[in-house]
Amino acid sequence: MTAAELIAVAAFAGGVFAQAFPAFGVERRGAPVQAFVRFDNKKVRLRSQIYEPDYIIVQDSSLIRDVNVFQGLKEGGIVIVNTEKALTYPIPPGVKVITIDATSMALKHLGLPITNTTLMGAFAAASGEIALPALEGAIRQRFSGELAEKNVAAAREAYEHVKGVS
Amino acid sequence: MMEFMEGSHAVAHAVKYCRPQVIAAYPITPQTHIVEALADMVANCHLDAEYITVESEFSALSACLGASAAGSRVYSATTSQGLALMFEVCFNCAGMRMPVVMSIVNRALGAPLSIWNDQQDSISLRDSGWLQLYAEDNQEATDLHYLAYKVAEDRNILLPAFVCFDGFILSHTYEPVDTLTQEQVDRYLPAYRPLHRLDSEDPMSFGMFASPDYYMEFRYQIDKAQKDAAQVISRAGKEFGEMFGRDYSEMVEGYRLEDADCALVAMGSICGTAKDAIDEMRRDGKKVGLLKMRTFRPFPEKEVRSALSGVSRVAVLDKNISLGAKGAVALEVKDALYGTQVPVLDYIIALGGRDVRKKDIRGVVEMAEKGKGDLFYGLRQEVL
Repeated sequence: MTAAELIAVAAFAGGVFAQAFPAFGVERRGAPVQAFVRFDNKKVRLRSQIYEPDYIIVQDSSLIRDVNVFQGLKEGGIVIVNTEKALTYPIPPGVKVITIDATSMALKHLGLPITNTTLMGAFAAASGEIALPALEGAIRQRFSGELAEKNVAAAREAYEHVKGVS
Repeated sequence: MMEFMEGSHAVAHAVKYCRPQVIAAYPITPQTHIVEALADMVANCHLDAEYITVESEFSALSACLGASAAGSRVYSATTSQGLALMFEVCFNCAGMRMPVVMSIVNRALGAPLSIWNDQQDSISLRDSGWLQLYAEDNQEATDLHYLAYKVAEDRNILLPAFVCFDGFILSHTYEPVDTLTQEQVDRYLPAYRPLHRLDSEDPMSFGMFASPDYYMEFRYQIDKAQKDAAQVISRAGKEFGEMFGRDYSEMVEGYRLEDADCALVAMGSICGTAKDAIDEMRRDGKKVGLLKMRTFRPFPEKEVRSALSGVSRVAVLDKNISLGAKGAVALEVKDALYGTQVPVLDYIIALGGRDVRKKDIRGVVEMAEKGKGDLFYGLRQEVL
């Protein structure tokens, strides 16, 4: 949920209306959860969950075994997967998959395997929907002091990495 | 200022700006984030209020009732089973004419246990004498708290008020909210000046027994205050609009209703999804509109009648069920339209948190066009 919130905060900072919410009732740290983000130039009124996303971020690639994470993804959609290995799963046609070892990057910068900010950086680079300054602003709004700067560094490395490969 | 925040936190900040002097609440999902935030504000001296921790919802509202009788502005928040446990105290608050304001973060009632959203909890207290306002989004969820205090404390009304907003769907969603400043709220909502209060210098009693010679007159006066609240809501909503640009003078709100053939009627967050679905159906040439009910108590009978008497059919989306009868909103919409030829069809929908998509709204409209209604929408076939 933190990643969804941060992406929405960054989108909002970029001047659009944004909405972020968890799959309700199961949002506990560490448990498999889903969270959703919508943003638009006009007010977002729709309240249903998202069934046909433009982008999917998979924070833990081991979940791909249990969940069809590609379900509903629109033609031309982008999937960002946190994994240190190449994906061996069949990828639907018309879908672009970007893999990134976000866990190692998070460990390097934060000393913890918490990938919210690295994956946010990867998303910003892959989608082009969020500018780097808005992303950094969102991180500094959520965290403070040294922790904020560590997270900014993690997000920036992921951003540059994805810019480099895509 | 537009701020991006969680619904619960936006509401907690609005409540803070209302300057409640006493808060008593018992945490329960999905209301928890509101009372956690308020407890934090009190503990850190950001809010000068007495926060009473209690062992149950019954005690929470009892503490509010006592504090209100002593002349304080009070606040509580609850949902579902918590509200059920307050049942008796709810009637007492209204009967003693205490302007308590309480957030109801709407959630289904057990059994079976469900932490997810519908509106059965507040609807089940429809006869208690509390005013009931319903929010479509987090902007309304915050604004309606200011309005609720203003109306509840009006000396011609003096009734408690629920501000209802959908659990999780609004309470746990982050979106932009235009937050007011303390100075702005102070201008709109001056300090509470009780008409009567517990005072050892001038002793009086509240809620003593009434013999058969007098009981009905008390009930009549509560009912009259409910009905008089319509005008006060309208005036307070207009004043809010003049000060802050968001006009709440109408208890109901029409969306693309002017030339509508089929009118949906709904309360709460489902209205947003319905509006998007209506725009799509309009593009396909279907004349569909929405009547959003922001006020359920007092029931805006005249407004409903005037908004709907020109349409060919009405489809009510009820997130509640009066078991053995119909959805509560449909029953009252039918009553408002009595004597017209407009058919009212009822759809029990989204109980216990079942997600509602645009295609479901379209599904309801298609059924209504065929005259098929008065049913639970989207049931699993095996129970039929």
